[in-house]
Amino acid sequence: MALLEIENLSVTFGALRAVDGLDLSIDEGEVLGIVGESGSGKSVTMLAVMGLIGFPGIVKANAVRFNGAELMHLDRRARRNMTGKDIAMIFQEPMTSLNPCFTVGFQITETLKVHEGGSRSARRARALELLAQVGIPDPERRLNSFPHQLSGGMNQRVMIAMAISCRPQLLIADEPTTALDVTIQAQILQLLLGLQREYGMALVLITHDMGVVAETAQRVSVMYAGQLVEERAAAELFASPSHPYTHALLGALPERGRDRARLPTIPGVVPGLYDRPPGCLFNPRCTSARPDCAERVPPLETTHQGRVRCFYPLQASKTGV
Amino acid sequence: MYSVNTSPLLSAQNLCRYYTVRPHAFAATTTLKALDGANFELRAGSTLAVVGESGCGKSTMARLITMIEPPTSGQLSVHGTDIVNATAVARRELRRHVQIVFQDPYGSLNPRKKVGAILEEPLRINTNMSRQERRDAAHDMLQRVGLRREHYVRFPHMFSGGQRQRIAIARALMLKPSIVVADEPVSALDVSIQAQVLNLLMDLQDEFELAYVFISHGLSVVEHIAAEVMVMYLGRPIEQGAKRLIFDSPRHPYTRALLAATPFVDPQRRAHRIVLKGELPSPLSPPAGCAFHTRCPHATALCEAERPALRLLQGRSVACHHAESI
Repeated sequence: MALLEIENLSVTFGALRAVDGLDLSIDEGEVLGIVGESGSGKSVTMLAVMGLIGFPGIVKANAVRFNGAELMHLDRRARRNMTGKDIAMIFQEPMTSLNPCFTVGFQITETLKVHEGGSRSARRARALELLAQVGIPDPERRLNSFPHQLSGGMNQRVMIAMAISCRPQLLIADEPTTALDVTIQAQILQLLLGLQREYGMALVLITHDMGVVAETAQRVSVMYAGQLVEERAAAELFASPSHPYTHALLGALPERGRDRARLPTIPGVVPGLYDRPPGCLFNPRCTSARPDCAERVPPLETTHQGRVRCFYPLQASKTGV
Repeated sequence: MYSVNTSPLLSAQNLCRYYTVRPHAFAATTTLKALDGANFELRAGSTLAVVGESGCGKSTMARLITMIEPPTSGQLSVHGTDIVNATAVARRELRRHVQIVFQDPYGSLNPRKKVGAILEEPLRINTNMSRQERRDAAHDMLQRVGLRREHYVRFPHMFSGGQRQRIAIARALMLKPSIVVADEPVSALDVSIQAQVLNLLMDLQDEFELAYVFISHGLSVVEHIAAEVMVMYLGRPIEQGAKRLIFDSPRHPYTRALLAATPFVDPQRRAHRIVLKGELPSPLSPPAGCAFHTRCPHATALCEAERPALRLLQGRSVACHHAESI
């Protein structure tokens, strides 16, 4: 059974449709990668799942089921109990997501206090254990450090310690390594995957780095302008993308280009609030668009390999990048 | 063969930049060796990529090359003129030949100026061109970088990130420089926009015979655009040479770790992941001996005791005691 099931999720901010009719499901213990360019709605989707979209954002969905419980109908208190306990989230900028006024130890024990209770000393012991588990050297001393006294990588480890403190079933990592150096990124990804296996939790990795997704995720969802455009097993998606957008995005990676050759680009820009095209949202930029792409909106069709939102998906033979 | 073009536009010998810093309010001052002994040459139409993690001295190097700061010691010559001993007037004259493009196009463009004013500012300061000439030059440059004439009267906030980076590139090229320092020019951009900006940089390089100093932490971008690569760690170059050599057969364990840590989409490109232990040591108190020995999987007693000098090995220079055996 799926751990998290989202049906027809929409998030609007006034006239802006940040997420537009999104269906998504995550199985227990699965690593799902969500990729897309800035403004494609990947973060907003997961914030909506966390219940962190505030005014003026409006979240609508047919269903958001977590472990069989309907999140949309939960009252605020029950929802609040779940957030941070069963579903936890790590954000991009560890430096700004931690509170600079409190020690790292205080911030970790605060999470424990809210969700698990227990004595002060038990919480402290658990915090120490967590810091050691996420690979922070000398945890005893670090418990009393403030975020500004730690490096970016260390702060991200603290964020991870906070997120896993209540042994969540679902961990959402929103660009967890974007602000970090490459060697530290490798450490953090290794840590996240290790914890995911150890706890058997589901991990959602939101990123714009195709390489990171290709190396970590089992299944990948590609988002474009608030819609899910393609979803498949990671290896298949990167080997032979079906949606022209995925294909173009992968083609634009410098690692696929030959020495100093000009890289294939996607003409135009992601549609904004007022220039959403009729029909398929990608049709003005698509190289394989046909006239009817601008007339009808393609549905998200389930194929034997996955799901794709395109009338004319690319065939495996044509997509050798 | 030995025409003027083959002499380097930019050359550095043992380039160093130290800062005197006070780590906290009551501490004694110490010396931070932000850049400690860089050697390189750069010719017209070529690209030198400087790679490394934060704190390795990449941006300090950019500040020295663009003559924003003088080097503490060592030699740096631009167009054959030694800038360390040059007069202020001569340096000022040389600055127009070296321009810079910054990482964040949201921070590097003045939000209160129109694009036209941004582009014309270098001309107003450095040339005697008339208002009409400046305007024509700005219009011309807008088209060269793939923007339109009507963008001249718009403000930076009206542009997307990729377009802003085009404006920043246009501004850098207004004085027809021969050297452009690009400090992480595409790190802040999305993949599809990144490809557009990289293409633009390569087109402009071919058109104007520009020499690029390309500073980046993204290795796949560097592999695409660079001719020569310099890998730095804690202020020192640790491996330097032709791009293919560095990428195909890295000899320094740090270069290897960096390459192995870079995520690639194509499965066959993925090396066996070497996860380095620990973090970058503080540049204020770098480890004795080889600065990398605290994180190096191959470190021996020799590495702790003695700092390896850059030496020539298989066509590139590398600073490692055990470069042959690993």
